[in-house]
Amino acid sequence: MRVKVRLFARLREIVGSAEIERDVPPGATLAVVWDQLAADFPALAPYRGSISAAVNADYARLQAPVGDGDEVAFLPPVSGG
Amino acid sequence: MAAPLSLDALTTVVVESTDGPVGGVSSFLGLVRGENLGRRVRFLEYEAYDALALKVLARIEQEARAQWPSATVGIHHRTGRVEIGEASIAIVAASAHRADAFAVCRYAIERVKQILPVWKHEHFDDGETWVEGATADPDDEAARQEARRRACA
Repeated sequence: MRVKVRLFARLREIVGSAEIERDVPPGATLAVVWDQLAADFPALAPYRGSISAAVNADYARLQAPVGDGDEVAFLPPVSGG
Repeated sequence: MAAPLSLDALTTVVVESTDGPVGGVSSFLGLVRGENLGRRVRFLEYEAYDALALKVLARIEQEARAQWPSATVGIHHRTGRVEIGEASIAIVAASAHRADAFAVCRYAIERVKQILPVWKHEHFDDGETWVEGATADPDDEAARQEARRRACA
């Protein structure tokens, strides 16, 4: 199945794009999507312990499953204000 | 939002949307500093995950209402380029009494720092860097309690 992955701030710069399509196995969790991405972009790997994630613009745990066509987002630590 | 922030406009909206009597209004403006950790900052750029940020702002307003039922809060955050001395965030809290207005204002900025999906990009004379603060987890009860503790300190 296919998901849209959105990336922000430093993560966006590492991947070189704000939004990419990714093929992931059926039943994949957010963690699987991230690990596949980090395998292709090794500079992402150090963020494994500090990212947040969202599915369809709602915060979600890395253990949460993703579905075909979902918008997945990975967020580095936030710094608003 | 991309336009400059107006405390007056936000105050009007917040006061008019408060159900009960308003006896106190507290506000907070966060300004862009021209210096951070000893380096001269030329300007900032803010990036946001807009769709999620709007939901998180609504969540923070709802959390505040649950804790301080007589209070209403409004939060505006800039995105894009923000110059030194300009406001990056405006918060207004209105309540029947001053104590709740102050508390809600403080609670809101602490929660923004913890969970709002916004990122600050600092531009210096000789480079740039993304500021990385808190790992956002809206369900982290300890973080929420810390925001409440600071609000009531």
